[in-house]
Amino acid sequence: MSENHDEHITPYKTYVIIWLILMALTVITVYVAREIDLGSINLFVAMIIASIKATIVALFFMHLKYEDSITWVFALYPLFLLSLLIGLTSIDVFNRIVP
Amino acid sequence: MATGTAATISEPSFLEYKSGFRSWFYTTDHKRIGILYLVSISIFFIIAGSIAIVMRAELFTPESNIVSPHTYNVLFTLHGSLMVFFFIVPGISASLGNFLIPLMIGARDVAFPKLNLGSYWLYLIGAAILLFALLEPADTGWTFYTPYSAKTNTNVILLTLGIFVLGFSSILTGLNFIVTIHKMRAPGMTWHRLPLFIWALYSTAILQLLATPVVGITLLLLIAERTLGIGFFDPDKGGDPVLFQNFFWFYSHPAVYIMIIPAMGVISEILPVFSRKPIFGYKAIAYSSVAIAIISFFVWAHHLFVAGISETAAIIFSFLTFLVAVPTAIKVFNWLATLYKGSIQFHSAMLYALSFLFLFTVGGLTGLHVGALAADIHLHDTYFVVAHMHYVMIGGTVMGFFGALHFWYPKWFGKMLDDTLGKIAWFFVFIGFNVTFFPQFFLGVQGMPRRYATYLPEFESLMKLSTIGSWILAIGMIIMAYNLIKSLYSGEKAPDNPYNSLSLEWQTSSPPILENFKEIPVVTDWSYGYGKKG
Amino acid sequence: MEQLTADHVHVHHIDPVEEYEQSKFGMWLFLGTEILLFGGLFATYAIFRAKYPEMFHLDHLKLDWELGALNTIILIGSSMTMAIGVTASKKGNNKLLIIMLAITIICGLVFGFNKYLEYTAKFAHHIYPDTSIFFSLYFMMTGLHMLHVFIGLIVLLIIMILAIKGRYSASYNTHVEVGGLYWHLIDLIWIYLFPLLYLIG
Repeated sequence: MSENHDEHITPYKTYVIIWLILMALTVITVYVAREIDLGSINLFVAMIIASIKATIVALFFMHLKYEDSITWVFALYPLFLLSLLIGLTSIDVFNRIVP
Repeated sequence: MATGTAATISEPSFLEYKSGFRSWFYTTDHKRIGILYLVSISIFFIIAGSIAIVMRAELFTPESNIVSPHTYNVLFTLHGSLMVFFFIVPGISASLGNFLIPLMIGARDVAFPKLNLGSYWLYLIGAAILLFALLEPADTGWTFYTPYSAKTNTNVILLTLGIFVLGFSSILTGLNFIVTIHKMRAPGMTWHRLPLFIWALYSTAILQLLATPVVGITLLLLIAERTLGIGFFDPDKGGDPVLFQNFFWFYSHPAVYIMIIPAMGVISEILPVFSRKPIFGYKAIAYSSVAIAIISFFVWAHHLFVAGISETAAIIFSFLTFLVAVPTAIKVFNWLATLYKGSIQFHSAMLYALSFLFLFTVGGLTGLHVGALAADIHLHDTYFVVAHMHYVMIGGTVMGFFGALHFWYPKWFGKMLDDTLGKIAWFFVFIGFNVTFFPQFFLGVQGMPRRYATYLPEFESLMKLSTIGSWILAIGMIIMAYNLIKSLYSGEKAPDNPYNSLSLEWQTSSPPILENFKEIPVVTDWSYGYGKKG
Repeated sequence: MEQLTADHVHVHHIDPVEEYEQSKFGMWLFLGTEILLFGGLFATYAIFRAKYPEMFHLDHLKLDWELGALNTIILIGSSMTMAIGVTASKKGNNKLLIIMLAITIICGLVFGFNKYLEYTAKFAHHIYPDTSIFFSLYFMMTGLHMLHVFIGLIVLLIIMILAIKGRYSASYNTHVEVGGLYWHLIDLIWIYLFPLLYLIG
């Protein structure tokens, strides 16, 4: 794009580095889940790693890092709603008194 | 208030510049798409309204004598589905929103005109699927609750598929509006100069965009339940039928606000014009729209109080439900303050707006009754809920919609409505509506359950009254329809700005030219500065 | 302006820079919709996993995690090539853009082929969507994801054809950027699906 806005062009090298990081994280998540087996915190660890990967993809591959604040709002708000859906539904499902 | 707009424009209007089938169904002009929506939703409104008349006629006597109980179940399913998904959800937002958003913010069109046309086609496809679904209509009620909806032999799949397609139409419309409002405002049209109708539609669009996908996936899961035999909602397979209700209302409660917020926006436009006073509490009204859009996501399970949800959840949701009443009340107080000491003109649009204030307040306050945990145990699934819901949906949204029709009619078609006839129609609508639905509050409190074709003899007199009311309401609407159609042909030619409104959409010709404005206007003030210049 | 050309005037009023900004923002909004569309399934997963941990543990062992891992590598790789394509397009390197789009599409096809192998293997073992809650989730989640891969592939194919026709340049590449965003979302969803289904079920 032309000079009229602060369009950022990411160099090719960055993408390759990001890809290598993502590959490393994939190996780690497989290794942790299959070889170490942390039991009950397995889920927790796997989700943390997945979220790190997702954040990296969004920030760099999707250029969220260079977007304006309103894009950030509309990128993050759905995640908040999703947590609401899961959270408030769980409050119902796991507190029922079953006769 | 805007400068740089030309009132005398010799170009043909958007209605005249081209004619023929293709010029309408392949148009990317937001105004024509708005009219297409207007016609389509009106057709569905008439169909669903006629179904309601049949249902009320059946309820004239305690016994089942006009239609069989099964047919009655089909009728209320269709009435609900058509009214909710085909009329009221796309209603004000898609028809008036499409027409007015670019005009009000000073743009030439919406951000994605082709996508806009695509949304309308999706709406038509959804409607076509629905027609096939009518061959073997579902009898589940518009809420499609499992496990019954997963087991009934009627055709649930087609109806839900039609609604799924409609959902995407709604999502894409919302998306289009958000981008348009963010990126296409005329120079000088700051957020705090935006008309309140735009604030309302912006909030609505957020709900359309982010709540609809959840009902989309829920209905897909229901279809998968019926076709693939998955069992998320089937207790026999370890599933949880109430989970369906949770997901369904995660959309459908915000959807209630998709229906009502645009009507609130309409009221905020009509009241200042016919009170000749600046709107009171502009920022409070604007922000309360957004607040409703946010809070409405937190309250869905108040529809589930007697479905067997946990007590903890019920208490939390009951509390949160009261929160959503706050921004709504803020709006009502500000509207009343706008009227205070105004020089009020009783134009037919104003009569509908005032009816909205009164009826919506009744609907809103009875909403608190059913939102309160203890009261809801008694009132749930009774006529009280039916009455409450119709006071909000007809007394609120439809009154707002009628008001908007009377208000913007000259803008759309360049013709004036017959105001006297409009007032006569309003009288019948207002009286008929109250006679129909007010008795239902009493019926509900006395324990008359909803969705039954027959009832005990002790309810007969109130039921008869309610049915008679439905006839008065129908007469009012027929007069109104006659007025709307007659004025198209024999209405007086409208001046560009018949009400001396300051809002941007009135600063161009009526009806507008193809690209709305000869030159993009420069906005220098908000549009509610009445009283200063007359 | 003449009446009959009005429709064309209509479209060309839009400034390419504005169009780019609007389209990109619009796509981000659509991605929000997509997240919540999958969100219903993620919520279902969360509820039933907490309810039936043993079922999830036993059933997930029947999935082929190696194939899942392979697909993860392929999809993340395709995301990288897509991103490189976007940069190439912004730099005006149309040839590199076409090559990168081709690689991305091939990766998508391989991903789909692997899924096909996986599904047939499941059917061969008489595992169907109604076998258990876990497999219902497995088929619904991966199925909906696969549907998105198909749609993404069609979008990328159209963009590639337009790129071959020379429609894009350093000053106009809206489709590439926006199509890329959609493709990355597919990757993003898979990043969660892979551990949830194959590793820690």
